[in-house]
Amino acid sequence: MRPPPAIGRAVPRREGVAKVTGRARYIDDLTLPGMLHGVTVRSPVARGIIRGIHYGDGVPWDEITVVTAADIPGRNIVSLLVDDQPYLAAERINHAEEPVLLLAHHDKGLLEEARRLIRLEIEPLQPVFTVDDALAARTVIWGDDNIFKSYTVRRGDVDDAFANAPVVVEGEYETGAQEQLYIEPNGMLAVADPSDGVSVWGSMQCPYYIHKALAALFALPIERIRVVQMETGGGFGGKEEYPSIIAGHAALLAWKSGRPVKMIYDRAEDMAATTKRHPSRTRHRTAVSGDGRLLAMDIDFTIDGGAYCTLSPVVLSRGTIHASGPYFCPNIRINGRAVATNVPPHGAFRGFGAPQSIFALERHMDRVAAAIGLAPDELRRRNFIRPGQLSAVGQVMHDPVDMDAILARALELSGYHEKRARFAAENDAGRTRKGIGFATFMHGAGFTGSGEDHLASIVSVEGTAEGSVCVLAASTEIGQGTNTIFSQIAADALGVSVDDVEIAQPDTSMVPNSGPTVASRTCMVVGKLLEAACRNLRSALTEAGYLASEDDDFTTACRNYVRERGALRASAQYQPREGARWDDDRYEGDAYGSYAWAAYVAEVTVDLATYEVRVDDFVAVQEVGRVIHPVLATGQIEGGVAQAIGWALCEDVVWREGRMANSQMTNYIIPTAADIPPIRVYFEEVPYEGGPGGAKGIGELPMDGPAPAVANAIANATGVDVRRIPLTPEALAQLIEVARV
Amino acid sequence: MRTWLAGYEMRSAETLDSALAMLSAAPGEWRPFAGGTDLMVLMEAGQLPARRFVDLWKLHELRGIQVSDDTVTIGALSTYTDLLEHPVLAAEFPLVCTAARETGAVAIQNRGTIGGNVANASPAADLPPALLVYDAELELASTRGRRRLEYDRFHTGYKKMDLAGDELIVSVSLPRTGPFSKASYRKVGTRRAQAISKICFAAGARLRPDGAIGDVRIAFGSVAPTVVRARAAEGALRGRRPDQQALAAARDALAVDIAPIDDIRSTASYRLKVAGNLLEEFFS
Amino acid sequence: MSDRDVPFQLDVNGAVVTVEGHPMARLLDVLRTQLHLTGTKEGCGEGECGACSVLLDGRLVNSCLVPLAHAAGARIVTIEGLASGEQLHAVQRAFIEHGGAQCGICTPGMVMAAADLLQRNPEPTLDDIRTGLAGNLCRCTGYMRIFEAVVAAMRQGAAT
Repeated sequence: MRPPPAIGRAVPRREGVAKVTGRARYIDDLTLPGMLHGVTVRSPVARGIIRGIHYGDGVPWDEITVVTAADIPGRNIVSLLVDDQPYLAAERINHAEEPVLLLAHHDKGLLEEARRLIRLEIEPLQPVFTVDDALAARTVIWGDDNIFKSYTVRRGDVDDAFANAPVVVEGEYETGAQEQLYIEPNGMLAVADPSDGVSVWGSMQCPYYIHKALAALFALPIERIRVVQMETGGGFGGKEEYPSIIAGHAALLAWKSGRPVKMIYDRAEDMAATTKRHPSRTRHRTAVSGDGRLLAMDIDFTIDGGAYCTLSPVVLSRGTIHASGPYFCPNIRINGRAVATNVPPHGAFRGFGAPQSIFALERHMDRVAAAIGLAPDELRRRNFIRPGQLSAVGQVMHDPVDMDAILARALELSGYHEKRARFAAENDAGRTRKGIGFATFMHGAGFTGSGEDHLASIVSVEGTAEGSVCVLAASTEIGQGTNTIFSQIAADALGVSVDDVEIAQPDTSMVPNSGPTVASRTCMVVGKLLEAACRNLRSALTEAGYLASEDDDFTTACRNYVRERGALRASAQYQPREGARWDDDRYEGDAYGSYAWAAYVAEVTVDLATYEVRVDDFVAVQEVGRVIHPVLATGQIEGGVAQAIGWALCEDVVWREGRMANSQMTNYIIPTAADIPPIRVYFEEVPYEGGPGGAKGIGELPMDGPAPAVANAIANATGVDVRRIPLTPEALAQLIEVARV
Repeated sequence: MRTWLAGYEMRSAETLDSALAMLSAAPGEWRPFAGGTDLMVLMEAGQLPARRFVDLWKLHELRGIQVSDDTVTIGALSTYTDLLEHPVLAAEFPLVCTAARETGAVAIQNRGTIGGNVANASPAADLPPALLVYDAELELASTRGRRRLEYDRFHTGYKKMDLAGDELIVSVSLPRTGPFSKASYRKVGTRRAQAISKICFAAGARLRPDGAIGDVRIAFGSVAPTVVRARAAEGALRGRRPDQQALAAARDALAVDIAPIDDIRSTASYRLKVAGNLLEEFFS
Repeated sequence: MSDRDVPFQLDVNGAVVTVEGHPMARLLDVLRTQLHLTGTKEGCGEGECGACSVLLDGRLVNSCLVPLAHAAGARIVTIEGLASGEQLHAVQRAFIEHGGAQCGICTPGMVMAAADLLQRNPEPTLDDIRTGLAGNLCRCTGYMRIFEAVVAAMRQGAAT
């Protein structure tokens, strides 16, 4: 007798008890005998040439392990996309906070004093801090022209369409950097021995990224590197690629000292030195007919990548592909560019380019509507992409998507029309103004284009002698519920209880490479592989004669097999989607296996005395294929909405001379429990056959909609033309004052 | 944690006299340590202002809130929670309670002290504007004796105060002069809680039967090197009805009273604009 | 350890312990490193995030801001001391059931703050809950499941 299906039910969270009792073990909770602490000495200036390193008096330097670039056994390069970023600066400094030296000692306080006593002598060079300066390339700081990557997407004939366009609307939109601010800072513990290998434990999203990076750093064969993920206190992309650096640093100190080394960043260092969301500037030029049909979209999308390439090409790619949104337009040109500046490199953050380009698009669409006298929702309805139509990159939208219905539902649940009318009538008097606004959008899940083909992810499952199952995958639990979801998927695929499914700790010596925990792929792509691996496990038992039919009890069969035959293991590897085509050179084709579709509505009150914005209500409606776990899925949307509201209103990175000046939690402002509106989440399900149980990826989706929805609401409330976020009270005060003149 | 504690010392005083003796024996060398909500943050940033601290936490002489017929005397070690839980403060000095409730959040309120807040002298501190509106008075002690000082005269410049290196704040007193016709406290922080103020406003007014302003006190935080009484604005209002003209004159006069700056949290122009708006809002 | 280290007696989760440390050492570090009670977390080291929240003489405090000298002679309760043996506190049960924890790093502090709130105010309004938890930052949940968990715990009579 099969237990009831686990998919679709709110089963208890896997590691729930451990988390609420404080027993869950994060990296800083781990110590090893003889362990040293490690710290990083960083450049205080944005660009220059290292002329000297001075060690001040006051600490016993002979007790302190010091590592410089000269101590690196292998390549002084952080392996990622392009070999441009060193682990430790040897001669050239290209950004403030760039790591130069590493120190280790058993006394953490003494170590901090030692760090303070080091003076780096740096001859300054002219830095580049703005996108315009980067593009002008009077000072070249990267490659030949300061451009990491550019893409062009072309559909139809944009120039011809503009020549004959009845109405053209232009606009420029900007978004600022955003700090991921996972509440657990980056941390790693390393053990290294030249005769043995390198092992690291830590906070991370992608064990195999670190695995590859360390092999190159130490010039060791891949089998002598071991990476283990500990309980991780939030990632949001900030622990996608960055951890390779801190892992390498801890390991270098362990290598030189011969002792285990633990390196935990304090908050100020984590904020100032690690990656942030790419700032963006988008220019829209849109030709529209008198009756509100999009005729042409000419979009220029530029992101600031900071000093090194890191993942900028991929962030650019996703932002470019999402730049024209969930609409059909016969003529589209999107030019995307990622440029270099002398600030700490920007990197992965939930949404990965899409929130930036979608902010611009959805603000712009409201302005286009106003320009032709159409209601914002009517303009959307006349342009939503329909099944069978082509996206900007030429993907035929097979999804039976009904954005009209999703938008209608969101508008109804939020009382949009009634409120819009009421606010317009009541807004003249009083010290506050109310407004309501929305955004409609989609988010593609999984790696772009042929990315999943290249990853060729593998998931394995093992049967145990007790008849239970162990899932072996590199996907990490970082709060989103990976472990619980995997147990549900495996339980249903095998016909067992979730309690009989164990998820192995992601340890590269034990689990295969299932790819990184990013791109909203964990449930959809890796979960689907898990489903397949479980089916393969059942098949193995059937072929061996232990399972006669679908109704036979897996647990018994497994127990018997393992006792009688030994190890029971099955795997599944990602196969390219049938019929999917993607052209990497022309940047065309089937960009994503599936899209989730959404409409978000924000209601705001603007205080005209203080220019503060309060979000009073937030409605989030999305079509996601299948909701695997209602509580976890809802939590993902609520968390993403809160993060995006912060990005829109109060999260402001203050740059001074290329450094983050407000690198403490007291001055980098994220929403508290007192700041967040009621967030009302609604799901629709149109199953996607490529996902387990029909599920699509949803982790990043909620980051795309809130900022433009809030911005549109503020524009509705005050009449000001919002073009930039964060829209702080100071910025809003200026806009309102300018509008008054 | 960026401070190497090996180079620092803290001694817990058992009595007020012994604390004062330490301060006078080595003038300028010992810094008082109260609840720690400011100093521990500096410690973690590696920016402690001194090497030797005298811990006041055990000094019962600095605790307690005493109520007499004409005064409420608040011990310097009273926490924000002590303030907002006190019924007489809640009833007669509500702006102090509002300010206490707006400071940080619960955990900070349980540890931060009124004495520490005053002596730390941040221009952005939340209690001081309320204290000014209520004509607070400080009692200071040293081995040389005790003295009283109007709080209005305590802050003399950015982080400068009329407090000798061997003196401690013993208490803050509030005269029970009866209610204002209107009193308001508003903090505009970087967010709704756990925030440093960008501008902080406290005001109390006594209106005459004809609606004119008899007496008014207006105080601001975060718009000058110290907390300030907006005396020019008060002068523009005293004796007048709070109509549009009076408020416009008061707003103009504010420019004399306050000197906001651009800093990491906000801008001078925002602060100036909002200061005027809050003043107007108070009287509407 | 240095020559400035002095013995202090603390009552932690009902057990009286003696620790040697600098009077200015952070209670957070004493708990985690000397007493091996790693449930209390460091998120910011500046008293902003609340991940280090514990109860000190019945009051919620940020242990990163409490010097060891002030913890001496005090009654300290950490997340490890909230449950009664294997019997979870109502707040803990509610967090599991309602998805109040995602990555879990803010959870010990958040649970302590929620338990403290319900102890002081057994029937908080939603506004009271927001205020009571405003000093505990969460980056994962958007707070909604946490509010739901606190309301559920309240209904189960958590303040006992």
